[in-house]
Amino acid sequence: MRRAQRRRRMSVRRRLSLGERLVIAAPYLWIGAFFLAPMALIAKISVSQSVLARPPYRPIFEFSDSLADIWAKAQTFTFEAYRALVSDTLYLESYLSSLTIAAVSTLITLIIAYPFALAMARAPERLRPLLMGLAAAPFWTSFLIRVYAWIALLKDEGLINNALMALGLITAPLQMFATTGAVVVGIVYSYLPFMLLPLYAALERQDPSLREAAADLGASPAQAFLRVTLPLSREGVVAGALLVFIPAVGEFVIPDLLGGSETLMIGRTLWNDFFSNHDWPAASAAAIVLVAVLMIPLLLWERARLADEADAG
Amino acid sequence: MNAVVSWARRATLFVGFIFLYAPIVILAVMSFNASRLVSVWGGFSTKWYAALLENEQLLHSAKISLAAALTSATIATFLGLLAAISLTRFGRFRTRFLFFGAVHAPLVLPEVVLGLALLTCFVAFGVGRGFITLVIGHVTLTMCFTTVAILAALRDSDPALEEAAMDLGATPLGAFVRVALPQIAPAIVTAYLLAFTLSLDDLVIASFATGPGATTLPMRIYSQVRLGVSPQINAISTLLLALVAVALGLAALVSSRRARRDGQVVTSLARAPDNAS
Repeated sequence: MRRAQRRRRMSVRRRLSLGERLVIAAPYLWIGAFFLAPMALIAKISVSQSVLARPPYRPIFEFSDSLADIWAKAQTFTFEAYRALVSDTLYLESYLSSLTIAAVSTLITLIIAYPFALAMARAPERLRPLLMGLAAAPFWTSFLIRVYAWIALLKDEGLINNALMALGLITAPLQMFATTGAVVVGIVYSYLPFMLLPLYAALERQDPSLREAAADLGASPAQAFLRVTLPLSREGVVAGALLVFIPAVGEFVIPDLLGGSETLMIGRTLWNDFFSNHDWPAASAAAIVLVAVLMIPLLLWERARLADEADAG
Repeated sequence: MNAVVSWARRATLFVGFIFLYAPIVILAVMSFNASRLVSVWGGFSTKWYAALLENEQLLHSAKISLAAALTSATIATFLGLLAAISLTRFGRFRTRFLFFGAVHAPLVLPEVVLGLALLTCFVAFGVGRGFITLVIGHVTLTMCFTTVAILAALRDSDPALEEAAMDLGATPLGAFVRVALPQIAPAIVTAYLLAFTLSLDDLVIASFATGPGATTLPMRIYSQVRLGVSPQINAISTLLLALVAVALGLAALVSSRRARRDGQVVTSLARAPDNAS
């Protein structure tokens, strides 16, 4: 029975015509050569031995290998790099601290972005395109420059410390630059537009009459917000949180420019292992694990979305 | 009550936009500071801009970045268009799932991972790194964005219109070029600009993919910035920000003009029955 179903589903899939193949060939070859093949290669290197050479790993398979060679060499597979990932506390700490920093930053971004997006969505209709444009504009400006701008603000002799001292609120400069807190500020600032736009989209398309109905039925504005507006914006909250959380986990520029030496993030650890320590198997294994970790929230989201669709259908 | 709410909203918007724009504006103001120090205002000066013009290294990198952005955005937009056509017009073909996944994956892949994978690949196959590998890296990075941007527009355009054109004797290619392409032209422009700005801005992929002689502007800015705040970097940052601001302003102007013109068409159409009666 199930097999028959599967066959029916397979039969829906069709072969491409010659013209269609010509169209799809270019993008297919490109992602095959420059995305799938490189990813397969680092998966391979991650189970190779680290050696002092260039390239700094011992290749496992050659194109000339026979099947017997491949089998013999498969015995030399080493999960050393993965074992090192678990035993080396640097990596474990980097993963955990990346996830924590990304989660905290995502939460703060959400707390800042929600009222902001709500105010945009409830603004007079003719103003909304302008507000939306202003919120999206930083997305088009250089990420590096926006992170850099914070150095001048956060440094010991920077503008925030100077302003606070001039107001007499503090007597000695606060250490803000080169701390984990600065990294969180940098992530919140840089990724705010990514949270704002999906939230705004979700809030703007809500029918105002729903809130009016809640009010007519005796709900206070706070109740109407908690029981109507907030649940209906769930999709925007989830999309925005993923758009901030996922890139933040692998972030390199922000921890490197704003963080201190004690701020561990996996993107930075990976970069250092690759460029400074030349430990390619370790960096490759760390990259593979990072991709696997990031797949989890995406798969959960996809499953929730499919469940929603099933409910709706 | 309502007055309080509307004031709270105005205050939220005000504070929100201050947060978004103040750091950028302060950076721009600082680029005109004659003093090297952040905390001291030494008077208005454009000397850091003059110094930029003499910084050969920086100018050379700017040229490389611009060339890489133009080339990679062109290739990425073309490949993105082909990928989007494949995903919207070819039905459920055999390897669609793999194709869909592989096209979208770089969207969520950390740049460090993609850069590392590309560099490893170039080294393993003995490809010398330089401008060409830089462009390859940027096309791979930006192609998923161009695909997504064009995909959305192609989904909205009705395939029945192309079918009608083909019924009237157009070839599939002719139908696509003369019916679908004009509809998705704005999305193609957006995709190109997106790829262009992403390439111009990218530090991570470039650091992995490029070689000596093809150092990009963000790489130069980054190596300077690691040493601290530098007035010259403030100046070049301000120039880049101004460029984006002008481009966005023009885009807004064009689209509002078009909206107004379309609006006039709609209102004149709506009035047509009145005129007839």
